[in-house]
Amino acid sequence: MITATFEYVRAESVDDAVAKLAELGDEAKLLAGGHSLLPMMKLRLAFPAVLVDVRPLADLSYVRVDGESVAVGALTRHCDLVSSAVLRAEAPLLGAVAAHVGDPQIRHRGTIGGSLSHADPAADLPAAVLASDATLVVQGPGVRRQVAAADFFVGYFETAMAADEMLVEIRLPRTGATPWHYEKFTRRANDWAVVAVATVDTRVAIANMGSTPLRATATEEALAAGASVAEAASLAAEGTDPVEDMNADRAYRRHLARVLTRRALAATR
Amino acid sequence: MQVSITVNSVRRRDDVEPRMMLAHYLRDVCGLRATNIGCDTTSCGACTVTVDGESVKSCTVLAVQTDGGTVTTLEGLAASVGLGPDELHPVQAAFRAEHGLQCGFCTPGMVMAAVGLLAENPHPTEPEVREGLEGNLCRCTGYHNIVRAVLTAADAMGPGGDA
Repeated sequence: MITATFEYVRAESVDDAVAKLAELGDEAKLLAGGHSLLPMMKLRLAFPAVLVDVRPLADLSYVRVDGESVAVGALTRHCDLVSSAVLRAEAPLLGAVAAHVGDPQIRHRGTIGGSLSHADPAADLPAAVLASDATLVVQGPGVRRQVAAADFFVGYFETAMAADEMLVEIRLPRTGATPWHYEKFTRRANDWAVVAVATVDTRVAIANMGSTPLRATATEEALAAGASVAEAASLAAEGTDPVEDMNADRAYRRHLARVLTRRALAATR
Repeated sequence: MQVSITVNSVRRRDDVEPRMMLAHYLRDVCGLRATNIGCDTTSCGACTVTVDGESVKSCTVLAVQTDGGTVTTLEGLAASVGLGPDELHPVQAAFRAEHGLQCGFCTPGMVMAAVGLLAENPHPTEPEVREGLEGNLCRCTGYHNIVRAVLTAADAMGPGGDA
């Protein structure tokens, strides 16, 4: 399969990338690892006129402690999240979840910023940053702003970023030894989640139960009110609107959400 | 667009369309046809090569993204560790010894994925080999011998993982 034609340019800096986006508008897309965008372009589901390659911006690949947060550069690859000792010590959910993304070859190319910007509700990392209560740092022309993970994902493959904004950093609270867990159900190895559940302490985020990753609010409230894990998990599908596809119908996805939440919460304690 | 890519130790300069995938560049521009295109959707791993020493699926990497980089395909594997044209890289030799192939279509990608795995983890356990090759599909389902071949290669390559 061959993509439609496009012009390829390399960004010299974040400011340069943002300036190019501001100039070109919807015609342009940022290219990082390309492992979500290029397959869509090959299927002609996306046909940007210009690709602005940000992958050469090596200074956006880092994981470091910054005050009360762990700061992760947007161009940090999945394999670098998996191997990060800083994440293992300070925010272990993220590195563990990154190990579930695709396969080794994909993890060598794909980046956290690319995955979050792509905003596939079935993807692993969006649910992880939601469960982590992360803050996403977004750069626009001359303006840098912070968006809570809960406000970042607004619909299928849609984020709160404007066409001339770029995700530059992900900031996670340092949770250290706080219990966490990730339960992912797939039918095939290295596939997207049919449903997945990420937890940090009593925060519960669910993947692929709607147009965005969701917090299991009813479950969290029940836990806070003293409900048992089984009782709280039985509420995990409340307020969700899952898709039906070849992998699962709506009822089965709701069932999975409850079962995976129960398993995840049981493993979180 | 002009690119400069080192393919199997040869520095090349080529003019490529931005939309040309690395797999097509290797096959159609460089004439290196060991790299197979199977699913063309980043699933099967038949197109696996190494870029700067790391395994990638070349059907999902643009040739322009490897500008300035170093690509190794199955054809250049033995030479990459200093072996002659008639010699096999230890991973190739192990696939042969353990009969780690049936129809052979997945083999170039399987071997390159194994090379990438052993570069990162010179002495993997059997489960680590299975997980390390999760991005490569064998439709003959000859996985047991493939896993055995990678374990044999790891032994043959010695403590540091060198050939």
